[in-house]
Amino acid sequence: MTNLDLTKPTAELADQGTPLLEVDDLHVEFRTRSGPVHAVNGVSYSLAARETLAILGESGSGKSVSAQAIMGILETPPAVITGGGIWFQGRNMLEMPAEEQRKIRGPGISMIFQDALSSLNPVYSVGFQIGEMFRAHRGMGKKEARKRAVELMDRVRIPAAARRVDDYPHQFSGGMRQRVMIAMAIALDPRILIADEPTTALDVTVQAQVMDLLKDLQEETGMGLILITHDLGVVNEVADNVAVMYAGEIVERGTVDDVFTRPAHPYTDGLMSSVPQVESKGGRLQPIVGQPPNLARIPSGCPFHPRCSRRRLGAEAAPGRECSTDVPPLRLVVPGREAACHYSEEVLGVPAQ
Amino acid sequence: MTDQQQLDLRKDEVEAGTTTGLASPSVDVTSDRQNSLWSDAWGELKRNPLFWIGAVLGVLFLVMAIVPQVFARGVDPRACDLANSKALPSAQHWFGYDQQGCDYLANVVYGARSSLIIGVTAVLVVLVLGVAVGAIAGYYGGVTDGILSRLADIFYALPLILGALVLLRVGPSTDIPIINSRGPGAVAIALALFGWMTAMRLVRSQVIAVKSSDYVAAARAMGASGRRILVRHILPNAVAPVLVYATITIGVLIAAEATLTYLGVGLQRPAISWGLQIEAGQDSIRSAPHLVLFPSLILTLTVMAFVMMGDALRDALDPRQRA
Amino acid sequence: MGRYVARRLLLTIPVLIGASFLIFAMVYALPGDPIRALGGDRPLSPAVVEVLREQFHLDDPLYVQYWEYVRGLFSGDLGTDFRGRPVLDTIERTLPVTVKLTIVAIVLEAVIGLTAGVLAGIRRNSFFDNLVLVSTTLVVSIPILVLAFLTQLLFGLKLGWFPIAGTREGIYSYILPGLVLASGSLAYVARLTRTSLAENLRADYVRTARAKGLPNRTVIVRHTLRNSLIPVVTFIGADIGALLGGAIVTESVFNLPGIGREVFDSVRAQEGAVVVGIVTLMVFFFIFFNLVVDVLYAVLDPRIRYD
Repeated sequence: MTNLDLTKPTAELADQGTPLLEVDDLHVEFRTRSGPVHAVNGVSYSLAARETLAILGESGSGKSVSAQAIMGILETPPAVITGGGIWFQGRNMLEMPAEEQRKIRGPGISMIFQDALSSLNPVYSVGFQIGEMFRAHRGMGKKEARKRAVELMDRVRIPAAARRVDDYPHQFSGGMRQRVMIAMAIALDPRILIADEPTTALDVTVQAQVMDLLKDLQEETGMGLILITHDLGVVNEVADNVAVMYAGEIVERGTVDDVFTRPAHPYTDGLMSSVPQVESKGGRLQPIVGQPPNLARIPSGCPFHPRCSRRRLGAEAAPGRECSTDVPPLRLVVPGREAACHYSEEVLGVPAQ
Repeated sequence: MTDQQQLDLRKDEVEAGTTTGLASPSVDVTSDRQNSLWSDAWGELKRNPLFWIGAVLGVLFLVMAIVPQVFARGVDPRACDLANSKALPSAQHWFGYDQQGCDYLANVVYGARSSLIIGVTAVLVVLVLGVAVGAIAGYYGGVTDGILSRLADIFYALPLILGALVLLRVGPSTDIPIINSRGPGAVAIALALFGWMTAMRLVRSQVIAVKSSDYVAAARAMGASGRRILVRHILPNAVAPVLVYATITIGVLIAAEATLTYLGVGLQRPAISWGLQIEAGQDSIRSAPHLVLFPSLILTLTVMAFVMMGDALRDALDPRQRA
Repeated sequence: MGRYVARRLLLTIPVLIGASFLIFAMVYALPGDPIRALGGDRPLSPAVVEVLREQFHLDDPLYVQYWEYVRGLFSGDLGTDFRGRPVLDTIERTLPVTVKLTIVAIVLEAVIGLTAGVLAGIRRNSFFDNLVLVSTTLVVSIPILVLAFLTQLLFGLKLGWFPIAGTREGIYSYILPGLVLASGSLAYVARLTRTSLAENLRADYVRTARAKGLPNRTVIVRHTLRNSLIPVVTFIGADIGALLGGAIVTESVFNLPGIGREVFDSVRAQEGAVVVGIVTLMVFFFIFFNLVVDVLYAVLDPRIRYD
């Protein structure tokens, strides 16, 4: 395979149909003093140009860790990638030399984080931090980089960009800071943008503006977007496909419309009934009982079984499908839908094959 | 010494003040929280080898100060024979002899008592002054705080050794009790008088942090008196950083005492003191280096004992350091 | 910024006055007679005592004495010692020695302390890191007094690398005393750098810098060191003020004729005017460099704005 060509605009690749990114059976664990913590346990997904994939899960479900593994910014140690592959445009990033991997960060894959205030360096102006992308990857001079930074700030709709380019992160509001992060991330027209809880720290009205901005940018450039969130509303509005994570595994996957209207995994089902929905006013919310699992001691069998209302134990269970001993694989339940539950058909209300 | 002094004081203020994490009081620390803090800290301490080295050394020197005879192997430090003057260490006399021909081991061992007495007394006075002034300044705020803080600034601007040096020099010609005694009391008071400011700042900042917390507001809403709030809710929060600071400061002040004595304004002959021994030994540093070396070594180990215990204590009491 | 500096300058005045008055009061007001002490064992004649008392306002109340002193101060007159030599001359003679010593100490402190701290902070829990931890504990525990003799013994007498007393060999004479003077701060700089660096390496913005695909060097130097060094640089700045006033022991042991040894000699001789003059100068240095550091903080960290 030749060197990756990251100079062509993503839009030109958009219709070729090959996936930009394929994550294959990724395993990550943290080696701590009190033993290994299994943060990601065999996650696989792919992303095409123009696609928006939402990764949905509670904190500790491994969604951020898998994203950081893709970026190659996991703290190693304590984190160790113990298995799997991350294929970016046909090349396994885990087998690349560090220097080559670094060159993909920015023009290839880019990332924005939840807390823009702590994620921006407080002692440099935002213009400098945005311009750094051009200086590090394109070898531009200071002046030219600053000019490009102003253009980018305009593009992410920061008012009076030319005047504010030399301001410091703490001088911006939360929403504006997140726009600065976005400007930085899209500076080199990346193939893929990973947004890790981009709107969690923001006001609801500002959330919508930031999501709109991301969608518009995706429209313009054709980049693939991985949206990591626990916010069902955000997923519903912007994502094409959704992968639901629990205890470091994907437990359900499909298009947003399908998964949201008819969940095939009891955990997804539980998530849907635990948030208020505008359509069904007056109904009672049903929280999922119990605590998210301790990743140092993941329950045997189906990791969700201690909290599952549909679990079947002992004699109740069908052969080979005992929830506390048999691990349910992620399998195709109905066309276009995968779920990791022994009894997904039951959840969906369709006859078993 | 002065420089190290200043440094240590400043360092402890910085570290103890910011790292104990007790200054973020969103929950009441009385009973449960406080208990778990101390039992967690003890669990952490038990596993820290530095703490054990410090503690063993500390206990060793404490015992040495109480029953020096045991460590001196029964030799009287004042039983001297000029014929042995400056004799080098031997199997019978591990530390050799000093200028007067006295057994040096006995002399060095007997020096522990005055050092520890002065170090501990000075720190106790520092704590009394620091806690009282700091609590008043922090609790009442406003003009009171302004005046007391400026006062601390004034003392802070004077190097510890320099202030104590001047006071101890003019002390004997005054009629102020203790100060004019040329004894351990005078040295301890001089050190405390120019060394209380960091404890005051520690307590003051803790009090200010806790004062504005929700649970103190709640206690006040339930009609608790100002004094009760201060004693029951606010001061317990300041215990951890002040304890760390006090432990290290014992060591620092022991070193300062030796320095003042060396400079001629601390303890006077015929008192037995490491500072005096170092001072007397420096003239024969070429011919009999052991006369400087042994008191220096024991002095250093004593200071190190307290510094190590304090360091370990700070690490144990700092929740952020725990994985 | 200008207004902040002005306000801070105003606030330093009471501290400066308070500290010099404190020393002044200790030297002149405590019972005991400096004139009589001057005579030592041989009492001075009453006529001489009378003249000296008049000259130093010793019969006026304390505040009048102090007022006379401050008045002199503003006209550049720091008074004279009992032998009639102007205090200003004494300071002019001794200050350069202390300044040289401080410069050597600060350079050693910054270079060695920073290097050790950075290496330890980047490779946490490595052999070198543990070495730095242990050796700094050791250095902090060794009293300056002991360290001074130890270095004299080792580097001066045994190895013969450096002169151990006096200033005859130029800047070379200052290396050992500078190292001794700097030792405690050096250890602290190393530890502060290490902690600060290790803490910053975990910061979110460092993760961002990696995610931006910046070269490792840029991530460490520009996005970690730059931030980590703010507290270190300010500590070193404030330390200049502390070291200028803190060299009594070092200068005495190494026989350097600086203001530290001068003030010590003057305290012993109860030369009040010299003591008060030099201590006031030391306090001024201390306050001045603290103020400089506060301003420096605002320059280094844009989040801090004083107006």
